[in-house]
Amino acid sequence: MSLLLDEEQRMLRDSAQDFLRERVPVAALRALRAQPDGPGHDPQTWRDISALGWPAAVLPEAYGGLGLGYKGLAAVFEQMGRTLATTPLLSSVVLGAGLVLEAGDEAQRQTCLPVVASGERLLSLALEERPRHDPAGVALRASRTGSGWQLQGHKEFVLDPGAADQFVVVARSAGSPGERHGLSLFLVGAQTPGLGVQRGMLVDSRQAARLSFEGVELRPDQLLGASDQAFDALDRVLDRARLCVAAETMGVITESFERTLAYLKARVQFDVPIGSFQALQHRAARVHVELELLRSCVAAAAEAIDAGDPAAASRVSLAKARAADLSAHALNEAVQMHGGIGVTDEYELGLFLKRARVLQQMLGDGAFHRNRFAQLASF
Amino acid sequence: MTDIDCFRDQTRVWLDANCPASMRRPITNAEMLWGGSRKTFLSEDQQLWFERMRDRGWFAPGWPVAYGGGGLDARHVRVLEQEMMALGCRQPQYNLGVWMLGPVLLELGTDEQRLTHLPSMARGDVRWCQGFSEPNAGSDLASLRTAAVRDGDDFVVNGQKIWTSHGDKADWMYALVRTDPSAKKQQGISFVLIDMRSPGITVRPIELVSGKSEFCEVFFDNVRVPQSQLVGGLNQGWGVAKKLLDHERAAMAKFTEGGAPSHDALRTAAPYLAEAGPVLRDRLAAVLMDQQAFALTVRRMHEMAMARQDVRGVGAIMKLVQTEQEAAKYELLQQILGQRALNWSAVDASVDELDVCRLWLYTKTYTIAGGSSEIQLNLIARRVLGLPA
Repeated sequence: MSLLLDEEQRMLRDSAQDFLRERVPVAALRALRAQPDGPGHDPQTWRDISALGWPAAVLPEAYGGLGLGYKGLAAVFEQMGRTLATTPLLSSVVLGAGLVLEAGDEAQRQTCLPVVASGERLLSLALEERPRHDPAGVALRASRTGSGWQLQGHKEFVLDPGAADQFVVVARSAGSPGERHGLSLFLVGAQTPGLGVQRGMLVDSRQAARLSFEGVELRPDQLLGASDQAFDALDRVLDRARLCVAAETMGVITESFERTLAYLKARVQFDVPIGSFQALQHRAARVHVELELLRSCVAAAAEAIDAGDPAAASRVSLAKARAADLSAHALNEAVQMHGGIGVTDEYELGLFLKRARVLQQMLGDGAFHRNRFAQLASF
Repeated sequence: MTDIDCFRDQTRVWLDANCPASMRRPITNAEMLWGGSRKTFLSEDQQLWFERMRDRGWFAPGWPVAYGGGGLDARHVRVLEQEMMALGCRQPQYNLGVWMLGPVLLELGTDEQRLTHLPSMARGDVRWCQGFSEPNAGSDLASLRTAAVRDGDDFVVNGQKIWTSHGDKADWMYALVRTDPSAKKQQGISFVLIDMRSPGITVRPIELVSGKSEFCEVFFDNVRVPQSQLVGGLNQGWGVAKKLLDHERAAMAKFTEGGAPSHDALRTAAPYLAEAGPVLRDRLAAVLMDQQAFALTVRRMHEMAMARQDVRGVGAIMKLVQTEQEAAKYELLQQILGQRALNWSAVDASVDELDVCRLWLYTKTYTIAGGSSEIQLNLIARRVLGLPA
């Protein structure tokens, strides 16, 4: 047990860093932004990433995976944050495949996982319905029919919809919104009749969709695992994804902080570098200290997940809350310290600000995770 | 089983057999045992625990046995600390000598100084205080004016120190004095060891906003200090002090980790939470999460140091975070306990209510003493981030 990376994890991180800097620099995000009707990611980049084995990393070897831990994958997500790389790794592998693995039966796993691990097929999770992250608040209705199931309702903030072959849909088959009991998971093809996909772009140039389900008919084998019992598997998988989002956020913050430090040393006003002003030094020092604390929390969350520690949920909320809060603070400081150039579109810092804000909300912000931490600590 | 696992097992067994049950309860201010000639034991258990740890050399587990230490390397010391924490063992004694001066003497002291001073502090026989701050030399420590003039084999010291913790109970003081008034501020300072029983020393305790305190003023009137008590060379004191302050920052963090008087935030707040409302509940979660983040960072920094990774500025970060978190915790507890935490002497106020009130005030000293938060931020900005002066 260690909060540091081992040799294998360091190699994974270093190769991710080299690949992303060369092949997926921040300029790649501008290219995606220019194609609002495109797939939302670059297919050639994804093929190269698949060849590097990232989609296979955390899946079991029995399903074409590599059986590595989340600590290594989190290190990859951190590097993706540093270049604002936009890939379906979170939506398809960590969330989509994660749920098929945790909730699906053996046949569903065998059908689905190897093609996701190889990068050929893409999944995406359809969970959110409300302004704020709220897994138990799902209202989209799943009703039994003579021949299977029917879905009625809507989803929002569904990531990477442009290239998804199938959606993992969280639906309510029993109980009322707010209850953990009564949630079920369904695998729904993107072309299913009655499913409407309205794509749009988020502020960070990532694609997200609103899905509408108008009497969507499903076969019984599209239900993943048992009905009504999905919450625990969902929460477990969400925690792994929250860790990855926290790690990606850490990368966004680290990169923008390093750029800000360089700017403080280079920018001259009143005949001196502005980084010599104590008013700015202390604020920069505080961001650095917070980043050190965040790094420890992210490492501890990854360690807990890989160890199957019962404290993993609490550790993840600790990491995600800190990442979310610091992302707002650190990026706001970075923009302010850069002055006017920081709010121009031409300068890259604004892209970091936008990505950080999307990651802040994604899978729960600071308030959500403090509340969850308190519940887990029984107060 | 590796050597370290073996040591962990043996240590746990020994601690479990030798640390009395009453020495495993959270410690209060009044129960903290400081070493030195004036020490008094509050109980037989306390004395037993003190003597057993002393005889193992575990007041200074990382020092060579020849100087009264335990002869352990850093990894084994860490295991001992972890096992003491796991069993809830109290620090058997609190000792600035061991935690701050000792490491400096090990590095820079003469053989005579090491043999004279290290074993006595490692056995808890001599208690040390720190004479750095002066009325006009706080954060700007280098502007200190207490003068030491050479006269034969001695220095003659005149001046005043302030904020000297436990100055009234200490046997010896390590102090910064001005030995060259004509040199640039940092360059005319020396680091000397002063016997507090020397003629000409007067000590006066200071009363704080929280009431009586351990802080004292110390006055020097023609105090003679042998030149053999000079550490690190004449006019080299500033460099010695910088090394020592690095130890102080690390020690202060260890101090609370090892059981300085403090309240468990959740347990203290629990009886009041039903009436506290959602905003204060959210802030309580934030305080608890901050504490976990700090504890994890202590652990990560230790692992980094063991792996020989760069941990520049770690002392400043630890000092800043630890002290601000403690102060913020009491700010919050005071809000959660509400008007009850304003009681200073009411007979129907609980112990917690009275303690939270005083500690809310007392923790104000944490972010000021030992280099204020602003000084730590300066250090981080310059030494770690490389921002220009």
